[in-house]
Amino acid sequence: MNLLTLVLFLPLAAFVIALAIPRASSARTSRLWALIGSLGIFAASLGLLAWFDRTAAGEQFLVDVPWIGTPNIHFAVSVNGVSLWLVLLSTFLTPLCVLISWNSIKDRCKEFYAFLLLLEFGLVGVFLAQDLFLFYVFWEVSLVPMYFLIGIWGHDRRIYAAVKFFLYTMAGSVLMLAAIIYIYNKTLTFSYPAILEMLANGKLSFPAGEQMLLFLAFFIAFAIKVPLFPLHTWLPDAHVEAPAAGSIMLAGVMLKMGTYGILHFCLPLFPSAARACAPWIGVLAIIGIVYGSLVALVQPNLKKLVAYTSVAHLGFVVLGIFSFTQQGLDGAVYQMLNHGVSTGALFLFVGILYERRHSLEIADYGGVATVAPWLSTAFLITTLASIGLPMLNNFVGEFLVLQGTAIANFTWTVWASLGVILSACYMLWMYQRVFYGEAGPEVRGHIPDLNGREWAAILPLIVMMVWMGVYSQSFLPPVGKNTARVLEQTNVNVPYRVQQWDRPGHPLGRLSAPALAAPRGTEVARAR
Amino acid sequence: MPVSPVFNPQDALRFLPEIILTVMGTLLMVLDPLIHKRGSNAFGHLSLMALAAALGASVYAYTIGGPAFGGMLMVDGFATFFRVLVIVVGILTVLPSYRFLAQQNAETSEYHALLLFSIAGQCLMAASNDLIMVFIGLEISSIASYILAGYLRDDKRSNEAALKYFLLGSFATAFFLYGVALIYGATGSVNLLLVRRAVLHQAGDPILAVAAALMFVGLAFKVSAAPFQIWAPDVYQGAPTPVSAFLSAGPKAAAFAIFLRIFVTAFDPIGNRWEPLVWTCALASMCVGNFAALLQTNIKRMLAYSSIAHAGYVLVALSAHSDTGTAAAMFYLASYAFMNVGAFSAVSVLTGKGERFQSIDDFKGLGRKQPLTAALFAIFLLSLIGVPLTGGFFGKFYIFKAALDSHLYWLTVLGLLNSAVAAYYYLRILVVMYMHEPGEATESAEPLSPGLRIALLVPALGTLFLGIFPTWVLEFAGKSSAIVK
Repeated sequence: MNLLTLVLFLPLAAFVIALAIPRASSARTSRLWALIGSLGIFAASLGLLAWFDRTAAGEQFLVDVPWIGTPNIHFAVSVNGVSLWLVLLSTFLTPLCVLISWNSIKDRCKEFYAFLLLLEFGLVGVFLAQDLFLFYVFWEVSLVPMYFLIGIWGHDRRIYAAVKFFLYTMAGSVLMLAAIIYIYNKTLTFSYPAILEMLANGKLSFPAGEQMLLFLAFFIAFAIKVPLFPLHTWLPDAHVEAPAAGSIMLAGVMLKMGTYGILHFCLPLFPSAARACAPWIGVLAIIGIVYGSLVALVQPNLKKLVAYTSVAHLGFVVLGIFSFTQQGLDGAVYQMLNHGVSTGALFLFVGILYERRHSLEIADYGGVATVAPWLSTAFLITTLASIGLPMLNNFVGEFLVLQGTAIANFTWTVWASLGVILSACYMLWMYQRVFYGEAGPEVRGHIPDLNGREWAAILPLIVMMVWMGVYSQSFLPPVGKNTARVLEQTNVNVPYRVQQWDRPGHPLGRLSAPALAAPRGTEVARAR
Repeated sequence: MPVSPVFNPQDALRFLPEIILTVMGTLLMVLDPLIHKRGSNAFGHLSLMALAAALGASVYAYTIGGPAFGGMLMVDGFATFFRVLVIVVGILTVLPSYRFLAQQNAETSEYHALLLFSIAGQCLMAASNDLIMVFIGLEISSIASYILAGYLRDDKRSNEAALKYFLLGSFATAFFLYGVALIYGATGSVNLLLVRRAVLHQAGDPILAVAAALMFVGLAFKVSAAPFQIWAPDVYQGAPTPVSAFLSAGPKAAAFAIFLRIFVTAFDPIGNRWEPLVWTCALASMCVGNFAALLQTNIKRMLAYSSIAHAGYVLVALSAHSDTGTAAAMFYLASYAFMNVGAFSAVSVLTGKGERFQSIDDFKGLGRKQPLTAALFAIFLLSLIGVPLTGGFFGKFYIFKAALDSHLYWLTVLGLLNSAVAAYYYLRILVVMYMHEPGEATESAEPLSPGLRIALLVPALGTLFLGIFPTWVLEFAGKSSAIVK
């Protein structure tokens, strides 16, 4: 029992306790417990950060306990430079979700907070699992609480959205299960590190056709979750119908299950297939970016608009991953975190607005800035972060991704940059319509400024936006170590040769690396 | 056939569960005129005691396992697994029956006696190693089940169910018997081990193939596999709800036991002949069950179609035709028994007098009115969907693993996609339970009786246990599947 298992099982324990709270006690008890519990979990996960060895590249805090004898399934968890941040993101966002749901969730409070904690358990588990079976278990388990969160506490079309969400994910993941079993039958182990080692020392190899099928089985499951165009159609529904906390967890963390899965499993396991598919996936990602942005531009519904920005932002992440460059991968991971913080904040604000005005239509707002200046200021910072203004978090990620894609394929960069421009259009236009102009009587009467509880939820996010934008050094080195390892793994037994531009040292330093001087390096190398 | 003329006391001990059940069943009938009080709980208590004793006897019989009555019975791990399984199903059927019978104002003695006889037949099926014994067990179990299906004699649907079950069931049994006759004609034996030996020598004999096909038809009917599933929805819908629970788990598990015993033991050498038959049937059952269930509005009918689909999953394990496949089928049947009996018990909480409330919409708002029932029902449904940490998931996982081991790639992919389709109709129940406001049925539902509470809690815990710590059951299944041959 080390710190990692503690961080993993605390949410489960908190969930059980939340369920055990007697029905007779007030809703306040459940809320308080959820807040205390989730803050405790966050504190424990900070301990993880404190003891994480930032100089090492590999997996840390390994726990490996046999779980089921035949087939040989282990409870194996560990944390690396990427999953560390994703775990922290989950534990960081959960207390904020509790705060934001404080007054908006009145019905069946106990169940709501219990499901929120169970969701946290599932999400943390997904990022930590090092056993393919265990990974699948967490992957599916996280589905159930989210299904209930959307279905019970959502808006009008919540049932449709919840069922669609569940079925979409389920349909994708059953094929992943088949692939996992296939790999087990071939290797007789579910242990991910063991499989990677077999791949590295040549004991195991997937022939081209087989590798492609396995890759697709994994990739489609992940792509649905990301969501990659054209598999994104569940997302607007789920986001719009979910309660604020559900949207925050869904956009903030759950979508990253997909991108993390691609990075952590697809690339190292099936490098050749991944590289062979990269041109297609890159195109889909770019379509996602442009299409998501264009649809966001014309959305009359605030929440739907933010939902479509997720499609666009996650397109950047996928693009970065499939650039197969150090910068691209670093940027992709950083963008996952950024998106969690800034889109989480956007959904939080939408939740706050909805709580006041009971409408998600942009047309029902206008002039909010005059009645709620602090709310508007905080929202503006978040908007600018989401657009990718320098000094705020998204800029760093987008820059790295674009740089990485420039090395891999310059045309991609051009198209993806279009997304950056469009994001400024739709976000600023939305901001203008909601916050400026004449305040109508409805807005004037119903929208008070932020209260203390809401400040407590928002301030940490804004601090993170600035911190991640100004001093990415605090976050990037462990990420870089791990993505470098992933890149190395993708070069094992691969007919392609990829030039490595990265230089030891900090990642911002890498920006001046010879990368920009030879943007088509990859192509040259491939030709050879 | 080597029948030892001397009576061996060991044989009787190995046969103890069946003896206990039969004696107690007869006793219940004799006691009926003595304790003639409508709605008496005494018969329920007696039948619970009988089942508990039979459970103990099965475990005891395992410790002194071996052939009995000159090899007509074989008490091994496999037999014990299924004996315990059907007895547990029996216990889980008796518990909700208390309230149910009181609610319907029905006689209790015959009900419990028939239940015990049916379970005795299924225990016999599980242990039989001889086609005649199989047939006798099958008949004991079936005839009692036919009557149970029509137990509410004033209910039109119950009558229809019983008649349909009886007519089609006897027809199917006839097929089975015809197959047995052919086997006897071709091999000169009905003992499975001897048949196996004979089959090894005359694997090309077309008579054997015909016999296997005929027996397959009979058994496929009993497990409600497509295309022999047509009776199942009507019977499960019409039968009293606890009986539907029983029918969907007990006789089915026992039928699968002999299915495995006969095909893996006797017809093992002609595997390439029957495997295509089984996997076609498996695929058909999964598709028919799942797609038809999508359209149902009656919850019992929906669960009936779902049980057809689940028979398909077990048939996938059978068509893998390996030790892993056998173990997977055994494990799946265990977790299926828990989740399906649990689901039917949850349904019986709500149906009310005269089984008025059977529509899926009647479950509206159950999550608000009876949070515990709804939560436990949700566990069963999630397990039926195949969400991890439940027995249903691990069972499915293990079945498809066995199928992939045997290179049944297409069957695996189609089966898994089928299970994603299935998620839709199970989710519908979750939706009405949790996401709608309470309606008439949930408002008028009585609180859980203690018996019903146990009948829901035990399978729920069992489902979770099998999902989180499957090792114990899995190892036992794996160990006994290897001996079956």
